[in-house]
Formats: sequence, C-alpha cells, structure tokens
Amino acid sequence: MARSPEGPPPPPTVQKLRLRYAKRGPLRFASHRDLARALERALRRAQVPMAYSAGFTPHPKISYVGAAPTGAASEAEYLEIGLARRCDPEAVRTALDDSLPPGIDVVECVEAAEGGGSLADRIDATRWRVELPGIEPAELESAVAALLAAAEVTVAKRTKNGLRDVDARAPIASASAGGAAGCAILHVVVRQVTPAVRPDDVVAALAAVADLRPPSPPRAVREAQGRLDDSGTVADPLGPDRAARARCQGEHAAV
Amino acid sequence: MSGESLYPRLEPLLAQVQKPIQYVGGELNAQVKAWDDVAVHWALMYPDAYEVGLPNQGLMILYEVLNERPDALAERTYAVWPDLAALMRANGVGQFTVDAHRPVRDFDVLGVSFATELGYTNLLEALDLAGIPLHAADRDETHPVVVAGGHAAFNPEPIADFVDCAVLGDGEQAVGDVTDVVAAWKQQGRPGGREELLARLARVDGVYVPRFYAVSYGPGGAIAAVTRTRPDVPARVGKRTVMDLDEWPYPKTPLVPLAESVHERMSVEIFRGCTRGCRFCQAGMITRPVRERTITGIGSMVDQGLRATGYEEVGLLSLSSADHSEIGQVAKELADRYAGTNTGLSLPSTRVDAFNVTLANELSRNGRRSGLTFAPEGGSERIRRVINKTVSKEDLVATVTTAYANGWQQVKLYFMCGLPTETDEDVLEIAELAVEVIRAGREASGRKDIRCTVSIGGFVPKPHTPFQWAAQASAETIDHRLRVLRQAINADRRIGRSIGLRYHDGKPGVIEGLLSRGDRRVGRVIERVWREGGRFDGWSEHFSFERWTAAAAEELAPLGVDLDWFTTRERTQDEVLPWDHLDSGLDKEWLWDDWQDALSEEEVADCRWTPCYDCGVCPTNGTEIQIGPTGRSLLPLTVVGR
Repeated sequence: MARSPEGPPPPPTVQKLRLRYAKRGPLRFASHRDLARALERALRRAQVPMAYSAGFTPHPKISYVGAAPTGAASEAEYLEIGLARRCDPEAVRTALDDSLPPGIDVVECVEAAEGGGSLADRIDATRWRVELPGIEPAELESAVAALLAAAEVTVAKRTKNGLRDVDARAPIASASAGGAAGCAILHVVVRQVTPAVRPDDVVAALAAVADLRPPSPPRAVREAQGRLDDSGTVADPLGPDRAARARCQGEHAAV
Repeated sequence: MSGESLYPRLEPLLAQVQKPIQYVGGELNAQVKAWDDVAVHWALMYPDAYEVGLPNQGLMILYEVLNERPDALAERTYAVWPDLAALMRANGVGQFTVDAHRPVRDFDVLGVSFATELGYTNLLEALDLAGIPLHAADRDETHPVVVAGGHAAFNPEPIADFVDCAVLGDGEQAVGDVTDVVAAWKQQGRPGGREELLARLARVDGVYVPRFYAVSYGPGGAIAAVTRTRPDVPARVGKRTVMDLDEWPYPKTPLVPLAESVHERMSVEIFRGCTRGCRFCQAGMITRPVRERTITGIGSMVDQGLRATGYEEVGLLSLSSADHSEIGQVAKELADRYAGTNTGLSLPSTRVDAFNVTLANELSRNGRRSGLTFAPEGGSERIRRVINKTVSKEDLVATVTTAYANGWQQVKLYFMCGLPTETDEDVLEIAELAVEVIRAGREASGRKDIRCTVSIGGFVPKPHTPFQWAAQASAETIDHRLRVLRQAINADRRIGRSIGLRYHDGKPGVIEGLLSRGDRRVGRVIERVWREGGRFDGWSEHFSFERWTAAAAEELAPLGVDLDWFTTRERTQDEVLPWDHLDSGLDKEWLWDDWQDALSEEEVADCRWTPCYDCGVCPTNGTEIQIGPTGRSLLPLTVVGR
C-alpha cells in the first residue's frame, strides 16, 4: 500500500531572490554543510515564505553557488532562494540577517531578473586575499614572481579519493604581493576549475617554487566571486539583476 | 587576568584539525556573560565529542538555569579529539570553553555530566589538558571544584579519586544550592580553604563528597564498611527530585549548533521518571517517581522552542513517551497545530503496544513513514517476564504487522542479550520473531520491500536496579549468542534478506560493567588506561579492550580482585555494595525481593495507576507521582512557517 501525500501540491515559486552573504571571524571554520543547515533554519525562524519541493520530505528551494572551503573566510558567498509569496528583497535580507548567528551576515539581496540566466553561469573565478603571518612582503614578492614565471606547478591535493596531483599554476589569472612587515598579503585571482585550486594549494605552490613556508597557517578571505572579464576584473554576479531592476524602475518612472 | 580568551592562540591550531567548527562556539542561543560581573563561574562539560554532547538536554538545562542567575555564568566544554589535544599540548593551550574560549582552569566549578561510564577517561584527559591535578587530593583552593552529575553519578566510586563531589538526581535546583555555597565562601574570603568549601558542599542535599567517606575492605575482597570521616556530613546521601516540571520549562531556547550533531531536532521532555519497573533499566529506577509536564506546558515549550531554533523536527522525550496520561491528545493537537508547516513530530521511545502505532500514525499524518522502533528487549516471553517487560509473542507480531499495514516500511526492534537466566534458546527466539514479523507483514501490507532491523547489545547490570546483584555475561557468552542468532536469521534467505541485524560485540560491555559496578579500586585502572592513551572509549575506533584488560589485571591483582570479580560474579544479599551509602530512594530489600521475583519469573505492576509505595522512593524523598489528565487542551496560535 504505497502512500502519497494528501492534499494539493505545494505552492509554486513566484519570486527568486539572490543573496550575497559573508562568513567572518571564527565562523570561517564552518563547512558548506554547516552553513546550509544554519541558513535553512534561519529562513524558518525569519518566516521567509519559502517554496518547497513536493513529496513526503519537502525541501525548501535553495541553491548554493561555489561555496568557500572550510577555514576560509568570505565576503562573497551566493545563494538563490525560491519564494511562494512575493517579498521585498531588502525586508528578506534584514529578517534573515537578524536570524543568523553573528559571523554569517547577509550583505545583499536582489530579485533575479527574468530571463537573465543562472547565477552559476555568472561565476567562474575568485579573488582571494591571503594573509601570511610571519612572512615578509619582499619574500612573498619574489615567490609570486617565481610562481607566475613557471609554466606548471604540481601540488599534492587531498581529495575524497586520496592525494591527487594538480597543476596549481594554470588556473591563476593574476597574483601580486602586498602587506606590511611581519605579515605579507597575497592577492590572487583563481579560475574555478575541477578539481578546485584553493588558497592552500596556491600557498603550497609558493612553497614548491620558492620554498616559502609560513610559520603559522595562512588566513584566506574570498573578496569577490564572479565572471573573469578580459581586463582581469572579477565582475559582480548580481550586477545584471540590479541593472534590470533599475531599468524597470526607470520605465515605471517614465510612465 | 582570569577568564581571558584563549581564542587568539587556539585559532592557528584550528586550521590544522578535523571539523574545527566544533571548537568555535557561536551557536544560536549560546550566551556569553562578562567574567567580572558574576561571583560564580561554572564550566559545564559533556565528556564526549561535541556532536554527541551538544544536544544533551541535561547540560542545556543547567546552562540556562545557571545563566539566568545574575550572580553566575555558565559556559560549555566538550571532549577534544586527539588531533587538537596534541596541538594544544605542544602549544601550551589548555582545555577551553566553546562559548568564550576561557580556560577551564579559571572557573570555580567544573560540572561534568556522565550519561555513561565510558566517558571517564575523557574526564581525565580534560583535567590534564586544563592543568587541573588529576587527583582531588592534590588540588588547592585555586582549582575548580570538579562535580560529577548524570546517571553514572549514582555510583561515582570508580572516579572518587578524581572528582570533588557528585550530585545525585535532578540538577535544576542542586546547581543553585552549590552556587550559593561557593558564592558565600568566596565572598567571605575563602575561609578554611578547599576543605571547608567541600565540607559546606557535603551538607547540601544531594551532594556527595567522597573524601569524607572512608572505605574498608574485607578478606574476600568485598567492602567491609563505608564510614563518614566527619560527623557533619550525612551518613547516606539522598537524591534530588524536581517536582512540578511545568515550573521548569527548560531549555527555553535550545542551542542550535552550526556543526552537525547526533540529534538534528529539538527535544521537549514530556515527563520524567518511569514506573514500568523494567528490571534492567537504571534510568527507570533512579528517576522515580513519574512527573508529567501538562499538555499546555508541552504545547508552549514546543511553540517557544521552534520559534527560537528553526528546527524542522520535535522529539517528545521521556523514558516511555506513550505512557503520558494525555499523549493521544498531545499528539493530535500538536499534529493539528503544525499541519502544513513542514514540521515533523516524533516519539523516540516506544514500547511494543498497538496504541503506539496509532500515535505514530497521527504524528506522521502527512509525512514519510520510514521507520518505527519498538523495544521488546527480551527475545522470549520467559525472559521478558524475568526483566518485567511483559508482552506476548502474539501481541508483538500483531503490533508490528499493524505498523507495516499502515504504511511503515521499516520496523526496528531493540533487544538485549546476556540477561540474567538467559539461554541460547531465549536469544534464538528473536530470529523466530523476526521471521514471523516479516511473513505477517508481507501478507498484511501486500509488499515485499518491508524490512525489520534487529538491533541487539549486551546487557550491563547497573547499580540501584534489581539486577545489581546479577552476574554479567562474559564477552564470550555474548559473542556466542550473537553468532547463533545471526546464523538463525540467515537460515532462510528468502525471509532473511528482509531482516537486518545490528549488534555490538561483548567486549565494551564488560568494561562498562567494570566501571558501572566498580568501587574506588577501579580508579587505578581508569588512570592507567588514560596514561596509556585511552580516550573516547565509547567510540569503537578508539576503544581498546586489550588496554583495559591489561590495566585491570595489573592494577587489581595486588588488591586481590580482578575484572571477573567485578563483572561476572553474582553478589550475595549481605554484600556491601559500593553505592549502598548513596540513596536513590529505592529500598534495598524491595530491590532484593524484585531480584528474587525476577529469578522466579514473576512480574511486578506499574504503580502509576495502582498506588503502591513498596519501592520506597515516594515516602523516603517526600515526593509523589504527578500525572494527569489535566483535561486542558492546546489553544490555537499562529505558528512559524505557515
């Protein structure tokens, strides 16, 4: 006797919102799964009218894009949610941000423009800022030069299937050194490839080419995510939605 | 400065360990109070991994109760995995709380909740990491008072050397009394040092201070006498009992971790205590009498908790939830209230009873009916009479068949093996039962894909139960019975493939038995095991039976006793048991009579409905059974998520 849920199917998605959120401070140690759980519970506490999938175990319509690794902080994480009732994006942002623990902060919320394509298609690179305590800027500068000069730098990377060799050089679009005495800062733009090359892998590549070995673990912050344009800039993935919104409001104003 | 955060020194270490999120705190509803604003600082520890300890209701309740006091603060600490522990030792970072990352060493009280004795080595590891002397005798007035609580505190003798005191029974009021004593002693300028503080604590109801009781042993190895060494401490220490649970609606704002935990749901305790009288069950014996939360009390805790947490599932907790006097109405009205909100309701603890299927149907009205759990505990009707959990085979099969017929695809059945008087035949009946359940279930449901999982573990006799005198079955006996059971289940593959068997081998149970019914001499074994690397003994990948048996052999031999003496030996009526001076309210003679009744397969009735004061708890403690029905019902309210 197979059962199926009684009653009408769940209400459909009537509005899609795209959110940018940050993970800061100690919460950089949260994994993607941890964040997903926290966000789903916060959406319930904030009483955001989520749309749900059908079936016995309905799931709220949420899609995550390109989560930062455990241990890396981020100013630019993205997700898209489907709502069963139209809401003011800014009201959702505030309500959700208030419901989340400090350190997971919802920075922006915009309505997805009709026919504007998926969020995932607008993201293919990350701009990282990596603090290297105990490393002098000059040391880092020469190591970065050596890395950029190399055609290929193989590093061993821990994956689900054990250690795997990957080329950490190829996905690096640009890199530069900065910082102050006692703590160099690496600015690096990395294309999102599979398997992913993460800040740890870039630091491992610096060790491989220039024997740069930070005495304590580097601290990485994802500063931006988006499409890498020809000028080497990482474009804002919410830009097109915001522009469409402004255009729409402009038309309203003109009428 | 006292109470200063270790986080800046901890942070670089976290980048190098597994699941660092478990050490950073910041859970929803966590609290951090200013150190200097309060008189008494409590560190509350659950001596297992964060993912196991965080959902613990006891710790969450005390955390809130203490933090509500203006003169106290409470922070939490959990067992640290070996990867981080090694880094902490190498870098001189001590055991810390997850709330404000303060050193545990700086707190006034370290309260440790022991749900199981297998956490004892983790206590030693935490003390050592904290920089607190392992032995209570070596501590001075600057060290925290180490307090054990939880069910294992009803026989804290194996850890008597390591703890300063143990609190027996419900903690809600006891922690307040301890706080008052510590606050007064500090405010007076710590008169008389640690000894005086402990003497004052020993006069608090429910607080046992082992150092004020001397134990002597007779020629056969058994205890000759336990005598107090000060006239101003009680000869026997009684337990604490909270009456009127509606007055204690904790946790009001349950903690919600970022990290994954073993219970991804919110829990509401619907009653405390149980008088079903299952003879193996320590919880049912030491938490008497039954005290129900009212339907309206439950309704408001569920509502408030869901608003505070955002959880999608609520578990209605107790030792036997279907026994609540208004459970049918509770289930129906909660299901009505949360219909259409994607909120799940569950009854985690169920006896074998057709009514339970009705309840489970109600709670899963429009949700997936995946699995239902029953606990017959004993394989044969005979052994179920011995343990006083009587249900006939026909009723059992009928109940499980009803579940399948109602769309439940999987039924899990819990059993124990190694029960007193048990033979191979008793255990083999589990296989017959499972086969019959599947046959009848396939017929009733018309489906082939139904499953029955038999989950079975070795029985460990516990203090303060009628089985406290029983001989524990050896690991070999347990393993033998599990082997014949597995063969019997697999005998007919056409049925056997629908039956799953989950079991634990007999070895960890033997060590749990040593720690459960041990006396102070067992402390040497625990310390030896910890010194040789024993940690996380509740985890099969960390538990080493050989390390325990070798340590037990070497440490106990000079004392003229051994592992078997503590485990597989049956005790006599006149033996002084290590916990006899700790009073759970149960009359020892009643327990002995119940043990004799067990041996002659006689049952005892539940006293909840037919007043009976034979066990001694109510008259001894001045408590009484508190049950409904109240006749009230839940008021309509606007709920989250609709």
